[in-house]
Amino acid sequence: MPQKTTNIFVAGVGGQGIIKFSNLLCEVAMRAGLDVKKSEIHGMAQRGGSVTTHVRFGEKVYSPLIPQGGADFICSMEHLEAVRHIAFLNREQGRLIYDPYEIAPPEVYTAQRSYPKDIEERLEKLAPNRIALPAFEAALKIGNSRAQNVVMLGALSSFLDFEQSLYEDVIRAGFKPKYVDINIKAFNLGKELASP
Amino acid sequence: MSEKKFLSGDEAVAQGAWEAGCHVAASYPGTPATEILEAVATYPEIYCEWSVNEKVAYEVVLGASMGGARALYASKHVGLNVAADPFFSSAYIGSHGGLVVVTADDPSMHSSQNEQDNRYYGIAAKVPVLSPSDSQECKDFTKLAFEISERFNIPVIVRLTTRTSHANGVVTCEDRVEVPVKGYEKKIAKNLILPMFARKLHASLEERMLALKEFSETTDINRVEKGEEGVGVIADGVAYTYAKEVYPSAWFLKLGMMHPLPEKLVRELASKVEKIYIVEENDPVIEQAVKAMGIACIGKEVVPRVLELNPDRLRKAFFDEEPVKIDTGDVPARPPALCPGCTHRPVFHILSQLNPVITGDIGCYTLGALPPLNAMDTCVDMGASITVAHGIRKALDQIEDEKQKQKKIVAVIGDSTFYHSGLTGLANAVYNSSPITVVIMDNRITAMTGHQQHPGTGKTLMGEETTEIDAAEVARALGVKHVWVVDPNNYKETKEVLKEAISLDEPSVVVAKRACPLYDRSEWQRPYWINTDECNGCKICVGLGCPAISFDAETEKAKVTEVLCTGCSICAQICPKGAIHASEND
Repeated sequence: MPQKTTNIFVAGVGGQGIIKFSNLLCEVAMRAGLDVKKSEIHGMAQRGGSVTTHVRFGEKVYSPLIPQGGADFICSMEHLEAVRHIAFLNREQGRLIYDPYEIAPPEVYTAQRSYPKDIEERLEKLAPNRIALPAFEAALKIGNSRAQNVVMLGALSSFLDFEQSLYEDVIRAGFKPKYVDINIKAFNLGKELASP
Repeated sequence: MSEKKFLSGDEAVAQGAWEAGCHVAASYPGTPATEILEAVATYPEIYCEWSVNEKVAYEVVLGASMGGARALYASKHVGLNVAADPFFSSAYIGSHGGLVVVTADDPSMHSSQNEQDNRYYGIAAKVPVLSPSDSQECKDFTKLAFEISERFNIPVIVRLTTRTSHANGVVTCEDRVEVPVKGYEKKIAKNLILPMFARKLHASLEERMLALKEFSETTDINRVEKGEEGVGVIADGVAYTYAKEVYPSAWFLKLGMMHPLPEKLVRELASKVEKIYIVEENDPVIEQAVKAMGIACIGKEVVPRVLELNPDRLRKAFFDEEPVKIDTGDVPARPPALCPGCTHRPVFHILSQLNPVITGDIGCYTLGALPPLNAMDTCVDMGASITVAHGIRKALDQIEDEKQKQKKIVAVIGDSTFYHSGLTGLANAVYNSSPITVVIMDNRITAMTGHQQHPGTGKTLMGEETTEIDAAEVARALGVKHVWVVDPNNYKETKEVLKEAISLDEPSVVVAKRACPLYDRSEWQRPYWINTDECNGCKICVGLGCPAISFDAETEKAKVTEVLCTGCSICAQICPKGAIHASEND
């Protein structure tokens, strides 16, 4: 029997490093010898719109897209985006890891409506198996809010079977030298925050 | 030496071109194809360029092929419309050096104005179509396309879609094989399509396609895959991967080359199964061909033709199963919006007050149509802002209704789009005396597709310095008598100039010139802040639609989100209470 494919759905807002997060994760899976596929939507979406990527790895992966209800993990860098894409989560076995950080969508910053206040109640019903991870706040504390995505990667890593050294290698290869240390710090912090 | 890399389909096409010994590549940026040439530019062995538009790019590549080089054209699907004229002729002319045409279609219109199916171009022009399903095939098929092109004396289409272009997979990469440039040979009966020559070339093209049909039957990129039950699937492109995953027990005819169709393989599959599904994105191109063979099949009656396919849509098509409906409650949409500090914002804010008819064009600035700016009436295709404005003017000139007759028409076009196909429209408006105003939103780069160089930036794709063509000088040279250059971040001056330009009864051009703040961060200033004692809650600043400005419904005051603010100062310039201030240095 072929090994089961692991499906990770990544969500956030343009500029939050969603694609970087996905590239780092895929590189780790590829270095671990797995078949990997990733699909992303950018272009117009980079102008502050919703950004999502599908990451899939296993022995042999055909489709670059995850079916609805098929995600083992949803990693969302923003509160509302966690709800928006929740249909992709495998409700029984899947896990939502999300940053409760809030970024106002256009209708909110143009004062047409307010940011929904009941997101936690909705998530309680939609994703009982979930971890709130204040990644933005954590990244800000260690001195660079842009490392939010790597804090999230650290958190996710505690649920995957890859060696820590693989992540470190990939972070070293994936950032300019002056940003390597802060990202390794961010990764370890995320891992710590996600540990029970 | 082989090495595994994790490449997008676009990057894999570039890798394939490099391995195949490609010498020349040309393109104009367009999602999802832009990264093909950006990746090609990382290989110093290939001369590559952003041409001013796709027609030009295609002719450059065709010329390179005539010169005996292996040459690659790439564009998004609608780009091939712009290049359609030379493309059709090139099928007659054929190739000297290998000539590969990469089109990246965009089912679901993630970043496009339509979801046309460019496989039809292969059928209409009589050109073979390769249809890779993942990154590895994007690389392999690009290499193969060069071989087919030279062997059969024909251009070859490689058709990608967003989910092959922008999907990554593990690709086994190899070394480049150097293929010498063959050099130019004068052959007018081939390269000069006078009717007397073209008649013969058409007959030859039909023969070339017959030979290609035989090739399609035997190439290993078309293959029957054995299944476990009496159901067969014929699929190409990324749709194959979805079908394979959803229906692993079915027989498959996997089409790597979907045109010309390998009819013997279709009949072979039909002999093994009782029921055949055709799974293809967008239009029933394969389905029509299979049905024309007299073979019964199920296609677009269950496989949607609008929007892209995915595993869920195929599960519904095959088994009538649908995912469980999830009620997320009301989730406010998050569409793309003009960025904080965008240099287009003040221009649109002013235009929406002057209230002319605003004909738009293709670029970030098309987002000016959305609330709260609501400053665009039309958008059709690259360059259409100027020509459509001219057409509306000529219609309204003939109307009795004075209010309609007095309407002012303003065309809004980006700098890259202006060089792409605005020049001819502007020449036409001057030539045919159209008192329209053309606003060139010159943010010094092709912004929408991720900051590519163009003729107005003074730099090439290969990073070389070059002549910078000045948009205002071009407008004057084309005969426009009223030309202004303004800094859009100077709100008052921009408003005065626009008012004056619009009031004239002769063609006028306003170049609103300032670099895209995402491209050039050097001019970012300290963030602004709003003094809540001075703010009276009038929401005028909120009307800019800047993501850095929000309104607190409880206190009824506006506020600036510091981390988003680029310090462009437009909100401070329009605040009637003077309540918005630059923050002091630390």
